Amino acid sequence: MASALGLPALAYLLTPPKSKQQKLWIEIGELNKFATGAPLEVAFRRNRTDAWKVVSEKDTAWVVKRADGGVTAFGPQCTHLGCAYHWDDGRQQFLCPCHSSLFRIDGSVISGPAQRPLDRYETKVENGKLMLGRLGTATERRA
Amino acid sequence: MKRQVESLIAWLEDRTGLPGAIQSFLDEKIPASGGWHQVFGSVAMFLFLTQAFTGILLAFNYAPTPGEAYNSLRYILTEVTGGRLIRGLHHWGASMMIVVVVLHMMQVFVFGAYKKPRETTWMLGVVLLLLTLTYGLTGYLLPWDNRAYWGTVVATKIAASAPIAGPYMTRLLGAAKGVGVVTFARFYAVHVLLLPPATMLLILAHVYLVRRHGVTPQPGDETLPRKPFYPAQVFKDTAAIFIAFAVLFTLAVAAKAPLEQLADPTDTTYIPRPEWYFLFLFQTLKFFEGPLEIVGSTILPGLAVLALFAVPFIDRARMVKVTRRTVAIGFVILACIGWGGLTAAAVMSTPREAVAQVDYSAPTDWIQLSPEEMAGIAYFRQESCASCHSAGSSLGPDLTRTAIHKDAAWMIRHFKQPAAVRPGSDMPPVELGDAQLNSLAAFLLKLTPENASALAEAPDFAVRGAVVYQAGHCAACHMVNGVGMKVGPPLNGLAKRQTRSWVDDHFANPQKLSPGSIMPPYQLSAEDKKNLTAYLFTLPE
Repeated sequence: MASALGLPALAYLLTPPKSKQQKLWIEIGELNKFATGAPLEVAFRRNRTDAWKVVSEKDTAWVVKRADGGVTAFGPQCTHLGCAYHWDDGRQQFLCPCHSSLFRIDGSVISGPAQRPLDRYETKVENGKLMLGRLGTATERRA
Repeated sequence: MKRQVESLIAWLEDRTGLPGAIQSFLDEKIPASGGWHQVFGSVAMFLFLTQAFTGILLAFNYAPTPGEAYNSLRYILTEVTGGRLIRGLHHWGASMMIVVVVLHMMQVFVFGAYKKPRETTWMLGVVLLLLTLTYGLTGYLLPWDNRAYWGTVVATKIAASAPIAGPYMTRLLGAAKGVGVVTFARFYAVHVLLLPPATMLLILAHVYLVRRHGVTPQPGDETLPRKPFYPAQVFKDTAAIFIAFAVLFTLAVAAKAPLEQLADPTDTTYIPRPEWYFLFLFQTLKFFEGPLEIVGSTILPGLAVLALFAVPFIDRARMVKVTRRTVAIGFVILACIGWGGLTAAAVMSTPREAVAQVDYSAPTDWIQLSPEEMAGIAYFRQESCASCHSAGSSLGPDLTRTAIHKDAAWMIRHFKQPAAVRPGSDMPPVELGDAQLNSLAAFLLKLTPENASALAEAPDFAVRGAVVYQAGHCAACHMVNGVGMKVGPPLNGLAKRQTRSWVDDHFANPQKLSPGSIMPPYQLSAEDKKNLTAYLFTLPE
């Protein structure tokens, strides 16, 4: 009886719930409005499923159009403790104002305390329009 | 090892006295007549603990406000692992607890175990019965579906009709302006904050009194040696608990705990019914009309409760063998017949659901499909596609795999001539018209591994209704779930705007009910009309 009650209780508390599918790709805009090598912060709204609620919330991304024509979109939070970083035009680096982590334009760490590169969104271009997907670590995106 | 265990027990005994207390609990001498008839108290206690356990688990994922309660419960039922089982255990456990508490009281009553000096033990038991019923009453509202809402409307109206206390009761229940957020908050607070500690306290007092006065002996026991509680009676109690748990677990797995549509205070067609154990009260009320209503709603139930409390003071005769307690046995039999008769009358007078109901305790993703895709489900079922195309079948590919999806034109060619499009295919041609094949292709293109089981839940009446919708070309004028034209009104949220009978009549003669309408009349069969209206009434706003 203990296992008939206990095992479902453990599964109930510890296994992730089935998640409902949400619209994955968000349209950001025409790719040609982004200048090569000049990071631009874009804001957009996306639906996030929070258990039984779907919350429409504002999100942002730092979009970098690379010289090879490709595009990278970074998550807006520093990988150290989650502060919002910004692009420093003068130094041509991403700078986090909280603990001074520095990142290159490709998201890699120049100096800590951040240990890992900036997180990235999945990206794709359809009919000249940039679309953003899920946010993940740089390693996941390269994998 | 044995020495270590002994030294641990000795340490616990020295510091807490617990092992000794357990030992004296198990060694307690009970009368020789003790046996299977005395297991119900232990089973009731076990069921209470199960209710507490499953209730706490539900509370981990349940949002106790009317706006969120229903959605969070649906989340528990359709998305959380084991959620349906935990809710099933809680739902059926509540019913079983009532059954077992009543059986316990009947046993005590028949054996006359309430007699001096056990009057207070009995009266505490009556309070525990009332608490158990209050759990049922307050818990009934918490899913916040139509059943919960309308059942509670009736319950609060009955409370309001009580002489003198009525208005105060209504205010206490937070229902002065109808059942709403305050009612919900109070029912929830009573259910989870007030009743559990009160129950635990009263169970402790009840068990203390049982121990103080000992298990009731029967005439003749005085000449027989008393026996220890452990092991014979402990075994019987444990076996009874095991049987009760097996029944409860089977119910939780096999019988769906109901969940209807979200509470709709504007639904004028809903016929509320209380939980089965209150049906006899519901039926009793029908015998008293107008000014006599309070006789059925308040006076008789009140007198019954008073009589229960007074039982030990009414029957003060000396103990006799249970076989000679014919009046008590006759009274219990009469009460059972009365209760059973009233309950059966209430069940028989319940009108059968005239229209099919959606099972909201299961995923309802199908509600979002277009009518064309819904009709596709009908053809998918009609042609038994799943017998070859399902996960694990080697006869045909699993159609939920999006990687193998082709465009609709390819699929329709394949339906018509499978072997021509896929050489070597054993699939027989699907012999349907072009419109039906379009529907089938539209549905198959919607299938994914994630939604397949949820879409399989689409009720038959809804997919048949969608077939009628497609056959009538309703989408040429109406829009459903964003698909169709806007010549006529969009049909989402129709249930909020019209009654079923209005919609039924409208099919036959649109101009009569909507002057100036350009909709042609539809002469539908009774079955088609029922399915189509029922389908349209499931569409969300």
